[in-house]
Amino acid sequence: MDPIYQALVDIAGEEYVSNRPEELYIYSFDLGTAEPCRPHYVISTRTTEHIQNIVRLANKENIPVVPLGGGLSLAGLAVPLKGGILLDLKRMDSIIEVNEKARYAVLECGVSQGQLTAYLERHHPHLTHSEPGAPPSATIVGNAVIHGQGDLAQPYGFNSDLVNGLEVVLPTGEVCHFGSVAIGAGWFTNHPLPDMGLFLGWCGATGIITKVSIRLFPAKKIRGVGTFVVEDEELIPEIIYKLTHTQMAEDIIAFSRAIPPFASGLQHVTVNIAADSDKELEFKQEIIWDDTLGEYIRKGDGGYLGFVRSLERPQISKTSDYKKGGGFEYVGSIMPIDRYPECYRKGREISERHGIPYTVTGRCIGAGHNMMFAWTYAFNRADPATIEQAREALHETDDLVLELGGVIWKPGTYGQKLLLERLDPGTRELMRKVKKLLDPNGIMNPGNWEVD
Amino acid sequence: MSLAAFKYADLIHRCFRCGYCKFPDNWTDVNNCPPYARFRMESYSCGGRLWLTRAWLNDQIDWTEHLAEILYSCTTCKNCVIKCPLRFNVDIVNMIVAARGEMVEAGKVPLAVKRFLENVELYGNPYGESKAKRGQWAEGTGIEQYHRQEYLYYVGCAGSYDARAQEAARALAMVMMKAGISFGILGSEETCDGNEVHQLGEMGLFEMLAGNNTSTFNDLGIQKIITFSPHAYNAMKNSYNQYGRNFQVFHYTQLLCGLAEAGKINTSKGFHARVTFHDPCFLGRWNDEYEAPRSVLNAIKGIELIEMNKNREGALCCGGGGGNFQIDLLGGSESSPARRRVREAYETGADILVVACPKCLVMLNEAVESEGMKEKLVVMDISEVMVKACAL
Repeated sequence: MDPIYQALVDIAGEEYVSNRPEELYIYSFDLGTAEPCRPHYVISTRTTEHIQNIVRLANKENIPVVPLGGGLSLAGLAVPLKGGILLDLKRMDSIIEVNEKARYAVLECGVSQGQLTAYLERHHPHLTHSEPGAPPSATIVGNAVIHGQGDLAQPYGFNSDLVNGLEVVLPTGEVCHFGSVAIGAGWFTNHPLPDMGLFLGWCGATGIITKVSIRLFPAKKIRGVGTFVVEDEELIPEIIYKLTHTQMAEDIIAFSRAIPPFASGLQHVTVNIAADSDKELEFKQEIIWDDTLGEYIRKGDGGYLGFVRSLERPQISKTSDYKKGGGFEYVGSIMPIDRYPECYRKGREISERHGIPYTVTGRCIGAGHNMMFAWTYAFNRADPATIEQAREALHETDDLVLELGGVIWKPGTYGQKLLLERLDPGTRELMRKVKKLLDPNGIMNPGNWEVD
Repeated sequence: MSLAAFKYADLIHRCFRCGYCKFPDNWTDVNNCPPYARFRMESYSCGGRLWLTRAWLNDQIDWTEHLAEILYSCTTCKNCVIKCPLRFNVDIVNMIVAARGEMVEAGKVPLAVKRFLENVELYGNPYGESKAKRGQWAEGTGIEQYHRQEYLYYVGCAGSYDARAQEAARALAMVMMKAGISFGILGSEETCDGNEVHQLGEMGLFEMLAGNNTSTFNDLGIQKIITFSPHAYNAMKNSYNQYGRNFQVFHYTQLLCGLAEAGKINTSKGFHARVTFHDPCFLGRWNDEYEAPRSVLNAIKGIELIEMNKNREGALCCGGGGGNFQIDLLGGSESSPARRRVREAYETGADILVVACPKCLVMLNEAVESEGMKEKLVVMDISEVMVKACAL
């Protein structure tokens, strides 16, 4: 009997541990273009204690540990690049607490965004969370770890900015708490204790987040989305600037795509509006569509495509089926909004050069402080040539992000390399020291954010 | 077998594994795919099964007993078909069934599946019981053999052989007799409807069963069939056409619904209870019949029908579909779908969990025992509720 396998079975039980080819195969893949790498073991954990025992075992056996949430980053961030123990965290899916008045939820790391949405709708209809555009199986913790953004990004910013506190298992097995909970005062704030931002953005290379407190927000009775369209991409930064000035939108997204062909080249701006009454909705609509965007309509630069009085959950996975190919990946970036026109034009060029229908999207974060701009490349999973094509386009786009003065969002290994090459030497050295201090044996998700 | 020769070679790579298929329609949890709920490993998710099937057909992984168990753990409940946002969703279960068909043809199936199919072929039922015993459930009830009555009451394998399901089969017969329905049974002449045989991928045996059953029904001049099981209803309604079907088929709740609406059943005694209803997959998601059972229940005085959070299209399968009622690859754990489902039923505050399927009846009844809920929750078939309401 393999002693590591047996030790894992002792930790989580036989049904939740595997070293069989079927599980090793499935967990070797990211859903994007990343090359598969097989883990040696897969384990589905239920408790923080399980995770403590696993990292202690991994240190003893000097074997990597790769934590996996929803597995939807598409950037290969949870591919076990150097094998080891793949830790599926989705069974840790308890919603521990929702504090209605202080508007936060304490969740285990496997809680999916769909689960939280449903729970709030059912038990706390006055509350909502900033729901990412990812499929509902994406986990709340996973999204915060990659500095994701949701449909309340315009007023409230990145989802990682909404974290009130964390419970983390360190690579050496100790459990730490951050935020007010660290002094036993509950999970209501991440401030004002000394900053311990050691875990968000690190792809699990510095520890495994087991619990999170995430801020919730008022859920208005009416939520809907209006769409505005212009032909000239140069107008988009100005439009977003004006829209954010109103402080009346929940979400602002600009996008353009090659499919359907009649809309190719047009720039669509969707604006989510929420209200508690028809009166409030009417007022907001008037301010946004008439007072703010009316001038573009009057000048013949743009058109209002109407308002849909409901919020459909985005079905981003449909992108994978554009060419009946089952795959897509995108490069995300955090970018100044004034770069939108260049992002669109150059991204379109890359897509067309690779024969891929272009799709570009920019989501406004904060009051126009920046945007998450994404270039999406579909591929056919059954055709290795198209996967390679998409991979090349993705790498070119990673380069483009830096050329345009942006930062690659949730970079894969190629993007991480580009960023580390440009990183301030002092910061690089600090990262190296932090990693060495927290993870002396280098067991945590090796291959990611490796400074040395 | 190669991927190129697979019937769905042009489709199977299109699953992105986004995970919508794990959820019910209201997104409550990721436990609405029964095998995933049971094992919580990606290999057991709908997407995992499709990717593994493709890898097997592509020679990226070898056939193993474990691979076969993963494929056969699917209950074909169609939650994935409902939830998948992509255009190929209608063929998801078909792809799994086709992959099972490849395993059957290669003679590489789990032992429990092999036994199931052998028993159906040898005895006409998966229990391996003598065909002569098939009608014993009706002895002493006064139920007649079919002889040109208006309806054939097709009881099916579970209703014929499983002790708990037999009780409900008899209850339905009592209700129909009380309502003056003209019906008869085939008794020992009845044979498996083949629904599960089809789901297990044994198409040759299914063709034989469907063909023989259709011939029998046609030879006897049967015009209308009432099925006790939604599984039989599904097979006869959707798959028997190509074998020359000349009859109409109804699930019994559809008949009872019509009788209740026409005032032909006297339920004046009523049934005073808080009940919740579990939608059978082969009545609901497979055949879009959600209202007939609810109409029957709502027509009974005293019943307070409380819906489970996951109902209709979003109902969690009991875990007994796709052959798992017998091959039981999902049992043995508090994470088993049946045990999850009875906990969901209990959460409603209902005293009685009502079903409309003999397989669900048995699965959920056993789950109540495993959960130690016998004093808290009773599982009853609608037919049994009707017996009480009609004071039979």
